Amino acid sequence: MTSNIVEIDNLSFGYKGRLLHKGINMAFPRGKVVAIMGGSGSGKTTLLRLIGGQIKPTQGEVRVDGKVVHEQDRDGIFLLRRKMGMLFQHGALFTDLSVFDNVAFPMRELTDLPESMIRDLVLMKLNAVGLRGAHTLMPTELSGGMARRVALARAIALDPCIIMYDEPFAGLDPISMGVICDLIRSLNDALGATSIIVSHDVKETFLIADYVYFVADGVVAAEGTPHDLMQSTLPFVHQFVHGEKDGPVPFHYPAANYQSELLNQQL
Amino acid sequence: MNLKRMIKSNLLTSITRFLSGIGYRMIARVWRLGAGTRLFFLTIVYSGESFRRFHLTLREIYFTGVMSLLIIIVSAFFVGMVLALQGYNTLQKYGSSEAIGVLVALSLVRELGPVVTALLFAGRAGTAITAEIGLMKTTEQLSAMEMMAVNPIARVVAPRFWAGVISMPILAALFSMVGVLGGYLVAVPLIGVDSGAFWSQMQANVDVRDDIVNGVIKSVVFAVACTMIALFEGFDAPPTAEGVSHATTRTVVISSLTVLGLDFVLTSFMMVV
Ligand SMILES: Nc1ncnc2c1ncn2[C@@H]1O[C@H](COP(=O)(O)OP(=O)(O)O)[C@@H](O)[C@H]1O
Ligand SMILES: [Mg+2]
Repeated sequence: MTSNIVEIDNLSFGYKGRLLHKGINMAFPRGKVVAIMGGSGSGKTTLLRLIGGQIKPTQGEVRVDGKVVHEQDRDGIFLLRRKMGMLFQHGALFTDLSVFDNVAFPMRELTDLPESMIRDLVLMKLNAVGLRGAHTLMPTELSGGMARRVALARAIALDPCIIMYDEPFAGLDPISMGVICDLIRSLNDALGATSIIVSHDVKETFLIADYVYFVADGVVAAEGTPHDLMQSTLPFVHQFVHGEKDGPVPFHYPAANYQSELLNQQL
Repeated sequence: MNLKRMIKSNLLTSITRFLSGIGYRMIARVWRLGAGTRLFFLTIVYSGESFRRFHLTLREIYFTGVMSLLIIIVSAFFVGMVLALQGYNTLQKYGSSEAIGVLVALSLVRELGPVVTALLFAGRAGTAITAEIGLMKTTEQLSAMEMMAVNPIARVVAPRFWAGVISMPILAALFSMVGVLGGYLVAVPLIGVDSGAFWSQMQANVDVRDDIVNGVIKSVVFAVACTMIALFEGFDAPPTAEGVSHATTRTVVISSLTVLGLDFVLTSFMMVV
């Protein structure tokens, strides 16, 4: 048993021939909170889908708990996924089920626990995210932050050893953001799990991550502890961490000469 | 001379483009047909859960079947009444207005019951299925399910499939029954056809094997087709608002055409055999 629960080895992947990842190497040690950061469209969500085995790499491999993900058959993948919990970007709560039933869903589908025990477990998970009182509500009755917390309770329903978060802070008010931030760290430590956070919110991510990978142009552009990265003099990291609008990542999408385009009436 | 050659080469490219466009669309159609068939087989393979946990299917029967009851009953009533009016109009010219019962019953049991039920089902339940599954895909609910090691085909698609296959023949039978009742109300109390003749002629001339069983076979086939088309369109919809709305429209168009086409094929087989 290696100390890394997830390892990404020389991974390449692309949609329709265009390579999105070009030889990525990452390691996720047990018990840590590791962040993957990068601009929108840099393939962060795709990376999580590769770890979950929803898509197959073009080259290289992802190992979860020592097993190569894309070599597993359907049952093998399902076994691996039972060790993972994933929080989707918009929560992805089942809209036809109540908050209670959403959290109970993985337990009812994947275990033979009696209903009375499921009830206790669901209330316990909801209590952990502070929403035990909301268990009768429907997803449409929740605010964005609450929905995210319910989805988190559902993701940890079966005590996974890997919890993946896709943009957990996106579109939340500052208070909800702080709440989610604390939850990620405290749940990780309470469950003894490993957390993988995909995000572009530097402040919150740096607050809770033990280690951070930056992806840009399909490769790991920089890595290190938040402390190291804050001091980094790499131009890209500096631009990202300090939120400067122009730098190695240009403000302008590549375009023809502005003046000639204005003068030229044709499009 | 030069102009002529230019027109000729332009014509040639537009013809080529036209033909390749047709080819491209054909390939896309065939591809979708294959993908749909594949989903159908996977649905059958992963159907175990729909029966082991029958409450999943029961819930969908409520949404697709029970919620379609009203539209089916009202339509059947009107269709039956119109059949009786039109039928009487023609039959009385030949002095055989007592045959009105047979005419109404046979039209309903053989054709209108299964066909109109399937068309209404596609519009009422099929669209709902497509929109629901398309939206579940758009909001990543299906992905979330997969990541939880739950198979969306077993958990979402199969129960809806069996609910449709169970509900539609029952709805079609109901359609025929209510239609006959509507026909009776027009023919007997309104027009004054003899009630005894109405029922006894019907009893004597409607055959269980040739008429009723064939009608049931039709409605089972339509049920499989309509439900599967609705499920596939939802499952295959591009995950955007526009994608789901187009998929919903396609469900109605493709289901209706498929039902009418299949009806012709099935009817010709049943006439021959
Ligand atoms: N199913 C798909 N088919 C084709 N292209 C896709 C698909 N999913 C994502 N992409 C493309 O891959 C790129 C990276 O997507 P994503 O991993 O979601 O980025 P991020 O999460 O970092 O914003 C985007 O440009 C997106 O358009
Ligand atoms: Mg993303």
